[in-house]
Amino acid sequence: MKWLISFFMGVMLSVSSAFAQEDSPDSLIKKVTEEVLTIVRQDKDIQSGNTRKAIELVEAKVLPHFNFSRMTALAMGKDWNKASPEQKKRLSEEFKTLLVRTYSNALTGYKDQTIRYKPTKMPGGDADVVVKTEVLQPGSKPIQLDYSLEKLPDGWKVYDVIVAGVSLVTNYRDTFNQEVRANGVDGLIQMLSTKNKQLEAGKK
Amino acid sequence: MRKGLFVNSPIAKRFSLVAAICIAFAGLSGCATTANNPKDPFEGFNRAMFSVNEGIDVVVKPVAQGYEDVMPVPVKAGVGNFFGNIGDIWIAVNNFLQGKPADGASDLGRVFFNSTIGVLGLFDVASGIGLEKHAEDFGQTLGAWGMGDGPYLFWPVIGPRNVRDTFGFAVDAYADPVAHLDDVSARNTLMGVRFIDLRASLLPADKVVEEAAFDKYNYIRDAYFQNRRSAIHDGNPPPLDD
Repeated sequence: MKWLISFFMGVMLSVSSAFAQEDSPDSLIKKVTEEVLTIVRQDKDIQSGNTRKAIELVEAKVLPHFNFSRMTALAMGKDWNKASPEQKKRLSEEFKTLLVRTYSNALTGYKDQTIRYKPTKMPGGDADVVVKTEVLQPGSKPIQLDYSLEKLPDGWKVYDVIVAGVSLVTNYRDTFNQEVRANGVDGLIQMLSTKNKQLEAGKK
Repeated sequence: MRKGLFVNSPIAKRFSLVAAICIAFAGLSGCATTANNPKDPFEGFNRAMFSVNEGIDVVVKPVAQGYEDVMPVPVKAGVGNFFGNIGDIWIAVNNFLQGKPADGASDLGRVFFNSTIGVLGLFDVASGIGLEKHAEDFGQTLGAWGMGDGPYLFWPVIGPRNVRDTFGFAVDAYADPVAHLDDVSARNTLMGVRFIDLRASLLPADKVVEEAAFDKYNYIRDAYFQNRRSAIHDGNPPPLDD
């Protein structure tokens, strides 16, 4: 009987520790990527370019793991500090809409690529890591797809996505800085919101 | 498109043309007007060339789209592998030049296995046994040797290249085995197919860039800077300050 009790104790311990232990950044990326790709692989609409459906998928599965205010701050650089809390909120909201669309458009280009997850270097206690993956497709060289994550109280959050060395976030830096220089922070909010409205109106 | 540009022009002539244009630019640098980005002093000219390229693409893109729609995936993969295999030789040379003999040897191993077991390069068997494909060119080699970027340039057909990578491209083109084929029609056919295959591989990115960019010219330029910086450092560029 004793072994049975210790067996159950052991099972309970391992179960509870599994619950207590949150995802490490690399396993989080893998989990979310596989979840999304499994859906895309079965969804002919997304594969044939239905951005609306792809956006819904990204909003449900990917968005909760992204930190958009950090992304917006990274895109704006020093100009971020010129914005009031209210402006920061609006900037993050608009930039989020734009990035979700970009990400969704990229998903509609999915054919039959697979993802390779590269080992992540995790210096102990580090709250900022880069998870490296590669997109493999027959007939061409692997494309690097990296995610920068930081640890927040509610888990690891992505704050940058880097495709073939190109950050989808900092690629806006010069454009945003230029707009703030010319028309101030409100000008940038206006520019983002106009862009989003155009895309919303023009899409299928 | 490429045909028209390449049929009658020996590569040496192209090289000297590129050099002449670069020299002409050096003289122009005093009178650049529209530029507001220090990395892009010839923005006015570049934007004009960008428009020319967009015009050319009106013709090229539908051809690439047709190719994409008609060709079954295994055929496209075979085409990509075939040209990739030819390219691996020059990639190996560049890895050796950059002081990465292990990568260079791996590239030669790829050419060996893919040319034999992989049936003249149609199948990439080397990736399956752990010999990964690399992407190197002479511009990266010059960058790895410490040469700076130089001003940004946008060329029709070729696309974005800074001055260093423009020279790099000229050397790459000179080293391209396909360009040295004696049979002119075979050469032109191969170059045409390779060009369309390359354009087709970029189709999925079109919509992303189109919608993500506030100004497509700027977006492509800034992405080019980041991409090249990463490529020169083999995917691990030193961090920039924010």
